[in-house]
Amino acid sequence: MKNVLVLLAHPKYEHSIINQNMINSISGLECIQVHDLYEIYPDFNINVQSEQELLFTSEIVVFHHPIYWYSAPPLLKQWIDLVLEFGWAYGPDGIYLKNKIVFNCVSSGGTDAAYSKQGKHGHTLREFLLPFEQTAKLCQMQYLPPFHIGGTHKKSSIDLQKESQDYRNLLKYFRDTKDIPDHLYQLDELNNFKF
Amino acid sequence: MENSFLFQAIIYLAAAIICVPIAKKLGMGSVLGYLLAGIIIGPYVLEFIGEEGESIMHFAEFGVVMMLFLIGLELEPAKLWQMRAMITRIGLSQVLITTAAFFGIMIIFGFSWQISLAVSMSLSLSSTAIVLQSLKEKNQMDSSAGKNSFAVLLMQDIAVIPMLAIIPLLAVAGDTLSKDHHGSPIEQFPGWTQTLFVVGAVGLVVVLGRFAFVPVLRMIARTRLRELFVASALLIVVGIAFLMEVVGLSPALGTFLAGVILANSEFKHELESDLDPFKGLLLGLFFIAVGASINFGLIGENAIMIISITLGILFLKTLVLLGIGKFAKLGLDQNLIFAIGLSQVGEFSFVTYSFASQLQILDKPTNDILMAITAISMTITPLLILLNEKLILPNVGTLEKEEKEADVVDEKHSVIIVGFSHFGSTIGRFLRASGIKATILDNDSDRVDLLRKMGFKVYYGDATRADLLEAAGAHDAKILISAIDSPETNFLLVETAKKHFPHLELMIRAKNRADAYELMEMEVVNIYREHLDSSVRLAKDALVKLGFRSHTVHRLGQNFIKYDEEALKDLVKVKHNQKEYISSIRRTIEMQEQLLSSERLRKFTINDHAWDSEAMKGK
Repeated sequence: MKNVLVLLAHPKYEHSIINQNMINSISGLECIQVHDLYEIYPDFNINVQSEQELLFTSEIVVFHHPIYWYSAPPLLKQWIDLVLEFGWAYGPDGIYLKNKIVFNCVSSGGTDAAYSKQGKHGHTLREFLLPFEQTAKLCQMQYLPPFHIGGTHKKSSIDLQKESQDYRNLLKYFRDTKDIPDHLYQLDELNNFKF
Repeated sequence: MENSFLFQAIIYLAAAIICVPIAKKLGMGSVLGYLLAGIIIGPYVLEFIGEEGESIMHFAEFGVVMMLFLIGLELEPAKLWQMRAMITRIGLSQVLITTAAFFGIMIIFGFSWQISLAVSMSLSLSSTAIVLQSLKEKNQMDSSAGKNSFAVLLMQDIAVIPMLAIIPLLAVAGDTLSKDHHGSPIEQFPGWTQTLFVVGAVGLVVVLGRFAFVPVLRMIARTRLRELFVASALLIVVGIAFLMEVVGLSPALGTFLAGVILANSEFKHELESDLDPFKGLLLGLFFIAVGASINFGLIGENAIMIISITLGILFLKTLVLLGIGKFAKLGLDQNLIFAIGLSQVGEFSFVTYSFASQLQILDKPTNDILMAITAISMTITPLLILLNEKLILPNVGTLEKEEKEADVVDEKHSVIIVGFSHFGSTIGRFLRASGIKATILDNDSDRVDLLRKMGFKVYYGDATRADLLEAAGAHDAKILISAIDSPETNFLLVETAKKHFPHLELMIRAKNRADAYELMEMEVVNIYREHLDSSVRLAKDALVKLGFRSHTVHRLGQNFIKYDEEALKDLVKVKHNQKEYISSIRRTIEMQEQLLSSERLRKFTINDHAWDSEAMKGK
């Protein structure tokens, strides 16, 4: 079993039914750890050393956050800025993240239709997440397509249950699978993955 | 009636009060003002004082002794040790070269070698009182000219000892075997015992300074009687001066040594501020006496000779000093300050003249002329310094001056912390951990003692006194932090600081709202209620334990403090009207709660539809 680290960054988690449901569906699973950044670092004072130790012992990293203004909430950016140090995560001797798997799990008001070439936002979600993809590449990590829950304002309870279950299954699959099939990297979203 | 003590005091004080401010206003410095005051009340102008001028001078020489004690206080042993090369190299070469030069010239003019040696040694000395007073007044003590001048003066003080030892030998060699004594009571003992006494006396000063003075001062400080502390400070200085005189050493040198030893103690600033007025007055008196002792009758008769000799001496001394300054790699402007400043003949020379004439090496007319020359040279020095400053310096090396300025700053701390209880020590520790050193004052001598053992450099003293703040460097500091518990003391401190050091940024601890109001009315901007942050922090933790999200609570707490401090500004306006105050408070609390709850309930998710294309179409 591989270790899965879910970095949760949500400044108003208490008001997000969507994210509470998703997190609840994956909590308590063996080898899957939810790391709640806004709860641990309310004042943005991130402990770099302990975060790096946590990363080092994990093989799969998930950036779990809502999409705000085409990006992540500020604490996750702060986390990236501080924890992914030169000489540790990238650059010469920056080899500690090499070959680890990373992807974004995001919620958004806009649906997949809004996040498309013809849609309101003019680009796919994956395109908007380009900074994360390149960050992963620089750290020699394997970047997977995002897992996306869109249209949060009109999500029915039944759909939400189903998608949360998909998320749970996905993480369990990554945890237990030795080699991830190549075609996964080509998907637009991990939601389309058929086991 | 004219000889009554009170009348004399009135003359001296009035002369000083009239002349010194005028001299300062004209940009001449206080030394020249005192000298002029002396000349005016002396036997040749207003005739208020006559022959007694000289005895007053001897009394007032004590001001020099005190000044050296105070200088010692500012010079920690480590710093003195750093200066050792400068003292021996620069100082010793000045004494030796100057003495040799005058000796040679006098021999050429046909004086006997005994007279030549006695006089040339005396002429090599400079006036500690005038030079240091001028340097301090112009804030040049830390410049390279100031440091070198100080090294020379210190060496001269040391050189006085062998000089006083050599002069009696001259009398023997010159076969004028008058067995006069210069008043040292240990003279009856054989030479080696005398040496033993000298070593013993210096050792005693060191031992007392290290082990006795501080505990005694601490005990005195505990009585909280300020005059008792002043008295013990005076006792230390007078006692050491006396001891040094008994064994025939320079009292100035002895007190300087004691000062250096006490420089590391917590009483440094307190001693400084207590003795400073005495030093100032005595030095003033000394300068007045020098002015009054100038024998204008004699000068009138031999005007050309005396003036030309004086100018010759000044010129030669300046020349030697310029050479030494060049050798010490002083820039031209610093070198001029150094050389012209030290060009006069000093007050110790009065002692050596009278000593030599008692031994009949010098006859009475020669002695009088030398006295006149010395007094004139001392009077001219402030004028020469002034001329140098106004006419010469502006034309040379101004660039260099700007470069040197920056050095001075790091000698003083830019933060002063008053009160070092739990509150203040937390501030001090945090600042220190961030690389900011602060000057710390506390007036609980037991706590100061404890903190010093723990490795904090804390000074004892009552910070509501302007002179103590001054000694702690308030003039150069940027921020004054008060961590004092008592609100009344805080108010006093604010008043003092606002009055004397308006440039200081005040950061003041307040016990509660009521104190904060008072401080606000005193126009203090930075007020810190001591319980505010920690109680909000506790409440935040309680909320988190009740299940609130930490980041939300963190923002709530920050906003709560912000709203509370804003509300204070409105409440202070109505604090005297109880009815309005209460209704005002109710209104603010209501408003605060509203603001905070809207922050708590604000939902980011509420606008999610705006990011969806279908929702847009629907609208």
